[in-house]
Amino acid sequence: MNIRSSVDDILSRTSAIVEEHKRSEGPLLPILHAVQEAFGFIPEDAKPLIAQALNLSRAEVHGVVSFYHDFRSEPSGRHVLKLCRGEACQSMGADRLADELKRLLDVEWGGTTADGAVTVEPVFCLGLCACAPSAMLDGQVHGRLDGESCAALIAEVRR
Amino acid sequence: MTITVFVPCDAAALAVGADKVAAAISREIEARGVDARVVRNGSRGLLWLEPMVEVRTEHGRIAYGPVTPGDVPELFAADFLRGGAHPLCQGRTRDIPFLRNQTRLTFARCGVTDPLSLDDFRAYSGLKGLEKALAMSPGEIVAAVTESGLRGRGGAGFPTGIKWKTVLDAPGTTKYIVCNADEGDSGTFSDRMVMEGDPFMLIEGMIIAGMATGATKGYIYTRSEYPHAIETMRRAITIAREANLLGPSILGSGRAFDLDVREGAGAYVCGEETSLLNSLEGKRGIVRAKPPLPALQGLFGCPTVVNNVISLASVPVILDRGPAFYRDFGVGRSHGTIPIQLAGNVKHGGLYETAFGLSLGEIVNDIGGGTLSGRPVKAVQVGGPLGAYFPPSLFDTVFDYEAFAARDGLIGHAGIVVFDDTVDMLKQARFAMEFCAIESCGKCTPCRIGSTRGVETVDRIAHGIEPEQNKALLGDLCNTMKFGSLCALGGFTPYPVMSALKHFPEDFAPAPVKEAAE
Ligand SMILES: Cc1cc2nc3c(=O)[nH]c(=O)nc-3n(C[C@H](O)[C@H](O)[C@H](O)COP(=O)(O)O)c2cc1C
Ligand code: SF4
Repeated sequence: MNIRSSVDDILSRTSAIVEEHKRSEGPLLPILHAVQEAFGFIPEDAKPLIAQALNLSRAEVHGVVSFYHDFRSEPSGRHVLKLCRGEACQSMGADRLADELKRLLDVEWGGTTADGAVTVEPVFCLGLCACAPSAMLDGQVHGRLDGESCAALIAEVRR
Repeated sequence: MTITVFVPCDAAALAVGADKVAAAISREIEARGVDARVVRNGSRGLLWLEPMVEVRTEHGRIAYGPVTPGDVPELFAADFLRGGAHPLCQGRTRDIPFLRNQTRLTFARCGVTDPLSLDDFRAYSGLKGLEKALAMSPGEIVAAVTESGLRGRGGAGFPTGIKWKTVLDAPGTTKYIVCNADEGDSGTFSDRMVMEGDPFMLIEGMIIAGMATGATKGYIYTRSEYPHAIETMRRAITIAREANLLGPSILGSGRAFDLDVREGAGAYVCGEETSLLNSLEGKRGIVRAKPPLPALQGLFGCPTVVNNVISLASVPVILDRGPAFYRDFGVGRSHGTIPIQLAGNVKHGGLYETAFGLSLGEIVNDIGGGTLSGRPVKAVQVGGPLGAYFPPSLFDTVFDYEAFAARDGLIGHAGIVVFDDTVDMLKQARFAMEFCAIESCGKCTPCRIGSTRGVETVDRIAHGIEPEQNKALLGDLCNTMKFGSLCALGGFTPYPVMSALKHFPEDFAPAPVKEAAE
């Protein structure tokens, strides 16, 4: 994931993504997912290009990007840890676990550790409600977490 | 003969280490040179036993769980490949009480088969419903679904046959089947388990829906929080296309149907059907006013069936076994079976498919085994973040749509989250308001503003600031949200809030310690 892409690079890679999806029905979300996958966030420079290709205003594209929790306008840390805050996880102590972890990493929700290693985000349900509390680290799922296993996850990404 | 070992690839099993267990078993098989292979199946839904490894023996499948990679050498030493005795052995899988007492119609194959094997699917009654549907007229298929009594499993409980009839009768050459696989409710995971454990069943249900209504294109809209389900569904669709199950001529019938998966972007409200359609069209997921109904003007303005995963996945068995077979399960106006999802602080958490009609207490205590912590149950939230909290004094409530509504609750997507006596119900009420504020689509004021005001009001109660007035204000706010909101996000948030206030008033009394400190 190259987070320091030049404007030219952003434009050329975004055009390729747009070209790939343009003919499908309602292509904006798939395009935004692919752009975020490519750059780690939705670069400001990509928006006019997408807008033009889909015959939308820039404001409309921006409106969509800002509506959805998944889309970022800034790069994240090298790893993203999503901690579940749903009721099932709460019933198994997820709040306490999140507080401990945020204190350990010295971040708030949505924040990135000072060393840039990990961004901690809330997520409302991963569908792992019978193995609570749960989390997702870079797309990998983890259940029945406790302080110890959470710390092990963090140690792994900081290596 | 080659011995088959099953290790689930369901996300819940993966979350507790199934991949590592599968790798350890493969290594051991290789090192010992035994004639055995590992198949990755879906999950049986006995989630407290995951990773649950099964071995096929001459006495049936034998289960071991929960297995860690460290247990694997010991299991081999105990000759588990032949069903050998070991402390982790659960006996024959089908004799485990949690499984034995279920009525599995929709989940009959889940955890039994390799999810991506069409041969397995066919060997266990897959495509039988579709084959029957191919010989029927659209009107006959719709009539069968109507007669089965199937009601939408996504939450609202609307009769599926009536929805299909509206789309069948709607004018228009382009029609769509949209599968609502957004499953955002905490405590629910049955849609995910279908997609990961038996994806062809959902495909079969959607093809039948297409044939019944004249739709030739379908979308499965699911959440980005479900990467494994997305991956499995996409692979299953490719396999189905190669086998002519999808495409221009379904199984050579000359009828067309094709399917795609679309991924959401982390917005709970996109589970609401009109918001979902806007999202699929590439817009902000803002709720649309009804009418027009999606059945008449849905995706891109065309007539559209929007159905939940479990609704669609129930259709093949209805056509295969006949509407009366399905209809005869259940109580009152709640027909058929319902996959109950037991979650949270519960000993035997997992998926339990059964006919409607058990009591809440039977589900939580007998099937779920009470809390995992071993402490007394204090509250049970049924139906996701918009569902009411029930105290044990309401455990005689029968699990059916009407009985829950009569007690100011809802069964929603049939997720049950258990809390022990350490839960603070004021905190849960606050969370319900906070969740609504975070996830509101912003279209209407009661929900957008009311939820934030709700959080503030609960905070005042917590701090002992004019508690009686603020409790009354909270009631007022809830009333405004309930009757003034456009959709159920704002409209149902009062359920968890008011049920907490009503059934657990002690948690809303100002704490004496806090008062003294102020
Ligand atoms: C805020 C909100 C979220 C919803 N989320 C879901 C969901 O995740 N899955 C679902 O099937 N239905 C959900 N629904 C219900 C749908 O609007 C709709 O009733 C359902 O998809 C219809 O399908 P069914 O008739 O098969 O139940 C939600 C409704 C609201 C108001
Ligand atoms: S109730 Fe809330 S989520 Fe529903 S339409 Fe109104 S603002 Fe949107």
